[in-house]
Amino acid sequence: MEPLLKLDNVSSFIGPFHILQGVSLVVYPGEAVVVLGRNGAGKTTTLRTIIGLIPASDGQIILDDVNISKMPPYKAVRQGIGFIPEDYGIFDFLSVEENLLVAMWQEDKASLDRRDYILDLFPDLKVSYKRLASTLSGGQRQMLSIGRALVNDIKIILIDEPSKGLAPIIVEKVRDVLLDFKEDKTIVLVEQNFEMACAVGDRFYIINEGRTVLDGAVEELYKDKELQKKHLGFVTA
Amino acid sequence: MHIFIMLLINGLAEGALIFLMAAGLSIILGLLGVVNFTHGTLFIWGGYVSIWIFGLTGSFIIALVAAIVAGFAMGLIFERLFVRPVYGNVTAQILITLGLMIVFTDLVRLLWGPNPIPASRPEFMDGTWVIDSVIISQYRIFLIIVGILVAIAINYIVNKTRVGMVMRAGTQSPDMVQALGINIKVYFSGVFAGGAALAALGGALYVPLVGSVWSGMGINNQILAFIVVILGGMGSYYGSAVGSIIIGLTVAMVSWFYPPLTVYATVLLLLLVLTLRPQGLFGLAVRN
Repeated sequence: MEPLLKLDNVSSFIGPFHILQGVSLVVYPGEAVVVLGRNGAGKTTTLRTIIGLIPASDGQIILDDVNISKMPPYKAVRQGIGFIPEDYGIFDFLSVEENLLVAMWQEDKASLDRRDYILDLFPDLKVSYKRLASTLSGGQRQMLSIGRALVNDIKIILIDEPSKGLAPIIVEKVRDVLLDFKEDKTIVLVEQNFEMACAVGDRFYIINEGRTVLDGAVEELYKDKELQKKHLGFVTA
Repeated sequence: MHIFIMLLINGLAEGALIFLMAAGLSIILGLLGVVNFTHGTLFIWGGYVSIWIFGLTGSFIIALVAAIVAGFAMGLIFERLFVRPVYGNVTAQILITLGLMIVFTDLVRLLWGPNPIPASRPEFMDGTWVIDSVIISQYRIFLIIVGILVAIAINYIVNKTRVGMVMRAGTQSPDMVQALGINIKVYFSGVFAGGAALAALGGALYVPLVGSVWSGMGINNQILAFIVVILGGMGSYYGSAVGSIIIGLTVAMVSWFYPPLTVYATVLLLLLVLTLRPQGLFGLAVRN
């Protein structure tokens, strides 16, 4: 099977700092890949480099046979990427409705149908539909951020720490939604919450000091306490 | 009482002109984070282009449209060639836009000469109305109507269109706008050019009011526009509208009763507002 997303020895800089120094990974259609690593390893930078917010200085990023390495962010994203950032990226001065509308690449029937599906999936958003997004709670902002990524016909979702800062009950809801996505979407998930990562992910990559150092099945990592301690700095109970 | 009604109309007309400059300046600062000193020059160019086209065609409306088109085109060129490379670098923005102001103001002198060129109001609004012995200038009423129409148009664009949605989103996070698949640079260019067109329209409308066009007329109005932007709150077109009315009325009143105090009055007003509300009257989040 051909990979949907392939990163081949990708490097990138933030200012003078060489953050990614050789990240390679492949994601096949329909799977959920988890990117793990200690704080500051380069996980978020990997996602931002894929969509071009941080330009790749070296290496190749191929999405569905299209080289997006040198594309500006808006073009890279339009190849079929939904991006959900760590801070949700919600526009506070826009209403919930406007946050969804502004994200639509085309305001056609298919997009509006997807919006209706999102509102059914997250009833809280339907209730707050006309309210300014600044009035939403953390959980509702995460729902809106996920919903916003889904209003377009995308091939892959990049999600950065979806459980961060959320109450356990909301984390469960987000996990259920991601498990639901898995049935027909491809996911790249950056997650510090190991339980969540293991619940959603099929395969994993570990990034250390800007390089991919290990990959394999999530199930194996979950069982291997030595590996967890060595690469992640903790051991599951 | 009659004097106050007359000063009220004069102040609102002055405010409408300042608003045309300040609205663009404020939105450019709020969305793009650009400190733009080219507005005074665009104001001058609007004045000169309108006079030139009015001389060729005899049509005031065509002259206004020509000024708007010229301002828009200059704004596009300024943004694409000079401002875009220095987004995020305020010091460079100030130096570059000040440089553009000097060069393009001198270019006006080169093309149209250093002396003021007389200008007249279009015949169909050159008259006055006398209502209960209050003399009302038709042209000033026209300026107020234009100011109101522009404010309504900006309000509609910002709050009811996709362009406005992207502008408001871009004010908070241009990176996230791009991450949603939107080419924010096109919107940046459009907003800069739109602001430039408004400044040029302001210049074109100002010239018939004062009866001549000269290369120094931009700087005073630019200073007033900056005062309005800070007073109203950076990034808020609504603040610009309210600030323009306040400054316009202040200028009209003070210059009638004691002209030497006019400049001091506007600056004092600014100091007073900033002391009470450092973000301005309707200040929104402004990009660093």
